[in-house]
Amino acid sequence: MEHITYLFAAFLAVWIIIFFYLLSLSRRHRDLANEVEALRQMMEQKGTPH
Amino acid sequence: MKRFASFADNVLPWLTLATMIAALAMVFLYVPNERVQGLVQRIFYFHLPSAWNTFLGFFIVAGASASYLWQGSRFADLLAQAAAEVGMVFCTIVLVTGSIWARPIWGVWWTWDPRLTMVVVLWTIYAAYLLLRHLAGDTEQIARYAAVLGIVGVLDIPLLHIAVRLWRGIHPKVDKMAPEMMWTLLVCTAAFLCLFTWMLWLRLRNLSLREEIVALRRQALATT
Repeated sequence: MEHITYLFAAFLAVWIIIFFYLLSLSRRHRDLANEVEALRQMMEQKGTPH
Repeated sequence: MKRFASFADNVLPWLTLATMIAALAMVFLYVPNERVQGLVQRIFYFHLPSAWNTFLGFFIVAGASASYLWQGSRFADLLAQAAAEVGMVFCTIVLVTGSIWARPIWGVWWTWDPRLTMVVVLWTIYAAYLLLRHLAGDTEQIARYAAVLGIVGVLDIPLLHIAVRLWRGIHPKVDKMAPEMMWTLLVCTAAFLCLFTWMLWLRLRNLSLREEIVALRRQALATT
């Protein structure tokens, strides 16, 4: 069972990188979708077709 | 495109999850220990597919950048940006897992082997690409500069393979593999390919939303 720490560390590192990238994608998506929605509402209030 | 969007939103996340679970099960429960390196060799099953995804990502950047320069397609420019970012994620995984594997096998975290050095060069080129896109603004001129960098950067990949032959490094080469190892590598490659496609799709969707915001802002300004 030698080097099990290294194996664990490598797989942990892979999952941490993947997790944080997916989290960042999801946050960016939420922020952008909110902004699109806000802009659309603003346009609707102004009565501009989009 | 609509069909792919529906597949990417509804099927791809579950396909990625299922293949990833199968990959992990094969890496930890099915494949035997490698005779010389032992347990730590299992890092290879995530390291190599990540390297392939890196190359795939940067080839997409180069192809899409060429298409942007040739035809001026905005979608090609967005695809290049998305592929560069996803390629960087996998390139980082390659560097980190390679370094962790090197410590028990070579006795050092890092050595300036030709292959390792060329991967660092590749990482640096695409980090520069992303910084250029992030810091210099989203103008047509910057998109063109970035496209040229994206095309030039991919030349590092064939150089990487030539460097290995020219300066014979210590990085191991895969010649023959036991069938269990081959199957495990295939399943891991499939899982990482699904993950790559899903991430690329999510990033593309973000970039299209950003485009929509720019268009809506322009429209709002035009009406005021």
